[in-house]
Amino acid sequence: MYAFDIERPATVSDAVKLLKESDENQPLSGGQTLIPTLKQRLAAPEKLISLTGIGEIKGICEDDAGRICIGAGTCHADVAAGAGKYPALAALAAQIGDPAVRNRGTIGGSLANNDPSACYPSAALGSGAVIVTNNRDIAADDYFQGMFATALDEGEIITEVKFPVPEKACYMKFVQPASRFALVGVFVAKFADGVRVAVTGASEEGVFRWTEAEEKLSGDFSASALDGMSPPADGMISDLHGSGAYRAHLVGVMTRRAVDAAL
Amino acid sequence: MPKVSMTVNGKPASGEVEGRTLLVEFLRDGLGLTGTHVGCDTSQCGACVVHVDGKPVKACTIFAAEAEGATVTTIEGIAAEDGTMSPVQEAFQTHHGLQCGFCTPGMVMSAESLLKENPTPSEAEIRDYLEGNICRCTGYHNIVKAIMAASGQDVSKIAAE
Repeated sequence: MYAFDIERPATVSDAVKLLKESDENQPLSGGQTLIPTLKQRLAAPEKLISLTGIGEIKGICEDDAGRICIGAGTCHADVAAGAGKYPALAALAAQIGDPAVRNRGTIGGSLANNDPSACYPSAALGSGAVIVTNNRDIAADDYFQGMFATALDEGEIITEVKFPVPEKACYMKFVQPASRFALVGVFVAKFADGVRVAVTGASEEGVFRWTEAEEKLSGDFSASALDGMSPPADGMISDLHGSGAYRAHLVGVMTRRAVDAAL
Repeated sequence: MPKVSMTVNGKPASGEVEGRTLLVEFLRDGLGLTGTHVGCDTSQCGACVVHVDGKPVKACTIFAAEAEGATVTTIEGIAAEDGTMSPVQEAFQTHHGLQCGFCTPGMVMSAESLLKENPTPSEAEIRDYLEGNICRCTGYHNIVKAIMAASGQDVSKIAAE
């Protein structure tokens, strides 16, 4: 790692102030992606602003609209244990990485990084969640802007994520066994006014909504409504773990499995 | 250089660290607690698992500065002060849950956490919990057997494959 200083503010406003001191300052949440990145010298911040000491962005509650509101600094293990009102979301959190990783990695860190194979982006997009930052609310549909790209401005910090709770939902993940990321992961959520299907791990553009499947499932919420369907292989990630055509096929398979298992 | 202070294995510990000093480096190089191993240094293998405020974490993927004020337990803090091994350590010895022993500190730390969360885990639950602990010698079989035995379950019918 290149040398850097580290600061651990206790409030969001102090963290924002520290981030604004220099363009070379960078926020650090659970660090399960950023620390390996730093070790490979792929990042060289002047100062890391650790968000792990900020109590106000940790915890899970329910708002007046019945949404599950998760503090951005809440680790995956705490979401797995504490988001019981949204079982599909708790189950997704319980499948990320391994137990030790789940005790450090956070939902805010995952969404800010927007890894194209991360699990949480599919839950946020599939649920139509609202990503709350230190100065605005961003709809999930506007938030994800391609591989590792988001609507966040420099120095903007996610503070909370608000999830509307669907009637039924399920996340199905085809695990890439070496990294434990999703080779393909599909989040299906059935709301009173329609179905949302969000896919991670597959597209070169990062997480996306499979609108063709959403239309079919909104009319008939059954796996058979998607018989033989998969999205086009163009633009799918092709690497040593699987071709684009293989990933496109998996999206169809995992979506049907998710619909079958939705609770 | 900034100073960090924490409680390690029940005793106060402090030292000067760089921003980039990892917790595992502080434990090994700063405090001489070399029981915590660095296997992969990429958060895959779990040889560096320690408990921070009671939860297992990979000490190669947390900065020492982030453990300021925390309570840390390493493999050196698992046996009693007189050297009596914990039930998990005892079971690893009895059931030969190791070969070269490099992964063992992390395996024991994860197993201690598992049994705290789930006192009588099934074989599947043990294998699932150890997903982030890699062993290249044993094939895991005797590790799983040792953890089942440490939880008080009958392992006499599990073959020594």
